Amino acid sequence: MSAPTATPVSFGRRAGRALGDDRMRAAIARGTGLMVQRRHEAIAELRNADELRDAASVIRAAALQRLPELLERWSDNLGALGGHVHWASDADEANAIVAGIVARRGAKVIAKGKSMVSEEIHLNDVLERAGADVVETDLGEFIQQLAGEPPSHIVAPAMHKDRFEVADLLSADRGAPVSPEITAEAAYARRRLRQAFLDAGVGITGVNFAVAATGSICLVENEGNGRMCSSLPPTHIALMGLERIVADFDELDVMLNLLARSATGQALTTYTNIITGPRRPGEVDGPEELHVVVLDGGRSAVVGTRFSPALHCIRCGACLNVCPVYRQVGGHTYDSVYSGPIGAVLTPLLKPTDPAARELAEASSLCGACTEICPVRIPLHDLLLQLRHRDARADASRLRRAGFWLWSQAWSRRWSFGAMVLGARVVLPLLRRLRWLPDIGWLGAWRQGRELP
Amino acid sequence: MVVRFFASCLVELLQPNVGAAAQRVLRAGGHDPQPVRGATCCGQPAYNAGYAGEARRVARRTLRALGDADTACVVASGSCATMMSHHWPELFEGTADADAARRAAARTVELTAFLTGTAAAGSAGDRPPASGTGDGGSAQEPDGGGPVVVHDSCHALRELGAGATVRRALADAGRTPTEAQGTERCCGFGGSFSVKMPAVSVAMADEKLDNLAATGCMQITSCDLSCLLHLQGRARRRGLALRFDHVASLLDPGT
Repeated sequence: MSAPTATPVSFGRRAGRALGDDRMRAAIARGTGLMVQRRHEAIAELRNADELRDAASVIRAAALQRLPELLERWSDNLGALGGHVHWASDADEANAIVAGIVARRGAKVIAKGKSMVSEEIHLNDVLERAGADVVETDLGEFIQQLAGEPPSHIVAPAMHKDRFEVADLLSADRGAPVSPEITAEAAYARRRLRQAFLDAGVGITGVNFAVAATGSICLVENEGNGRMCSSLPPTHIALMGLERIVADFDELDVMLNLLARSATGQALTTYTNIITGPRRPGEVDGPEELHVVVLDGGRSAVVGTRFSPALHCIRCGACLNVCPVYRQVGGHTYDSVYSGPIGAVLTPLLKPTDPAARELAEASSLCGACTEICPVRIPLHDLLLQLRHRDARADASRLRRAGFWLWSQAWSRRWSFGAMVLGARVVLPLLRRLRWLPDIGWLGAWRQGRELP
Repeated sequence: MVVRFFASCLVELLQPNVGAAAQRVLRAGGHDPQPVRGATCCGQPAYNAGYAGEARRVARRTLRALGDADTACVVASGSCATMMSHHWPELFEGTADADAARRAAARTVELTAFLTGTAAAGSAGDRPPASGTGDGGSAQEPDGGGPVVVHDSCHALRELGAGATVRRALADAGRTPTEAQGTERCCGFGGSFSVKMPAVSVAMADEKLDNLAATGCMQITSCDLSCLLHLQGRARRRGLALRFDHVASLLDPGT
């Protein structure tokens, strides 16, 4: 009918490379399989999981509906506590704000906790160009930093690496062998990162939720590094997506009850940090300055559209773990900060003019496993379908569009469809018998690994 | 009871015997299946690729052929049944066919869902109830079938909530299906996905085939011919001696 694809940057080509990496695929299959199993067990513990997920979905939708009001209340409350809120409309603004604070504080070493927003704006590049020593302190992110790669998974950044690859990276960093035992690897990272916490002039973290009623930010993690980054250095900068707000602690309770269960299969993460302002007079712990940088980055343009539910995401990564495409090709194939089904939805929404981002909507069989597992009930596969409807006309090659038009003409008339039925009965047995076939277009794509029906 | 019967374009094009078998199954259950004359396709290939206009043009043909009578429309495909029952109302919204599409959506039912839902009492007879995961079932079936393993198609499983009906229909016919690992995971067909992302699609098929073959069953069934043709094409390329039969063929009482 038409050529398989004509987009300039091809997901298919990247996938082809990933599919040749057996070691990575084994690590992903192991990692995602384990996380899905743990998630099922943790959700099964809840007597009211369905009601909780319904409630979470309603809470997220309501938060977007009253986004300006909630953000203002949160910002006012945090300001009254002595915190500073900065609004950034895009990556450049956000980077400039952070770089400005770092320069003013004269920080040479920056201890950084996990933050997907920082990946989104490529903050490390900016800070390193300005001469700062940025140390990723989440173990997975630290491994990725040593490897010179972005994270491949929202929750488990180095999921695609096995412990032997990790040992090689840590050994290179140490300049001496680190045993490929997970305890030995963790022990080395702990020693190595401790110095970064002590030296850091600025700590940078993400934000899981901001609580409007109290001006708090909530940060969940399992390694304690987030708590170190947010309490030890004299300045704490937290990066937050515009949409990550809840009204009060009742709502936060619902979200936290689902987040860790969906992400790692825990009832709660080991550390749940609720940060309500910087250090107050008389307190011994906490930073002197607390800054929260709130990034729009294309989000506000999505609020109120039919794609709005994509912003309900709480970044648990469950849809990645359960996605059969992600399972085969891993996160880097998406060539985007956010991978898997939510990445395939979010990326083309946040980058509406990028054809490579729009191609991600094709990277799904629309099986619906993502929609089924999403704790806040984002209709992910339906949004992927809607993105295809949004972009098909603009992006497809002339040949592809003509192909579908011709198909619709032939199949909307009984006589021409009947002719095709008869044709198939003659042509297919003939094609099957031929030793050589011209493998072009869809015929060639099908025969890439499959015999004709 | 008179029912309308729609085999799906794929069945008509590639395996018309499946459509004939499905009609015999319906008749054996005491129904009077009347094929939807003039129907072609539900429009799904274009719809899932993002071409709503083209999908509507094709689906309108089938919708109008279906007529507006009050009888159930039995479809021998989980994914076509999903397209008609879940997506037609949206596809035709704001057009002259909107009301007809909504009514057609409400009447549409996948074959095994129909057999086990409305016809269970008639066709189950004195057969034993399903025993969950079996050891391969008995080997006395008239169609010569031995152990069989069910491939769950995503649409039937998730959109129709009909993962159980294929198994129940088989159990009602005296065959206890074996269960495969990762049965809820997609086989990689996905319509245009299978030719837009062929390497990924085939990798997904490989994992599915490995899990199916690991059961020891040589026969695989499903309510969706599209998944089966994709898996069969891959199995043949790999030289795997597996058989793929639409569930209607397994339930077929014969002529």
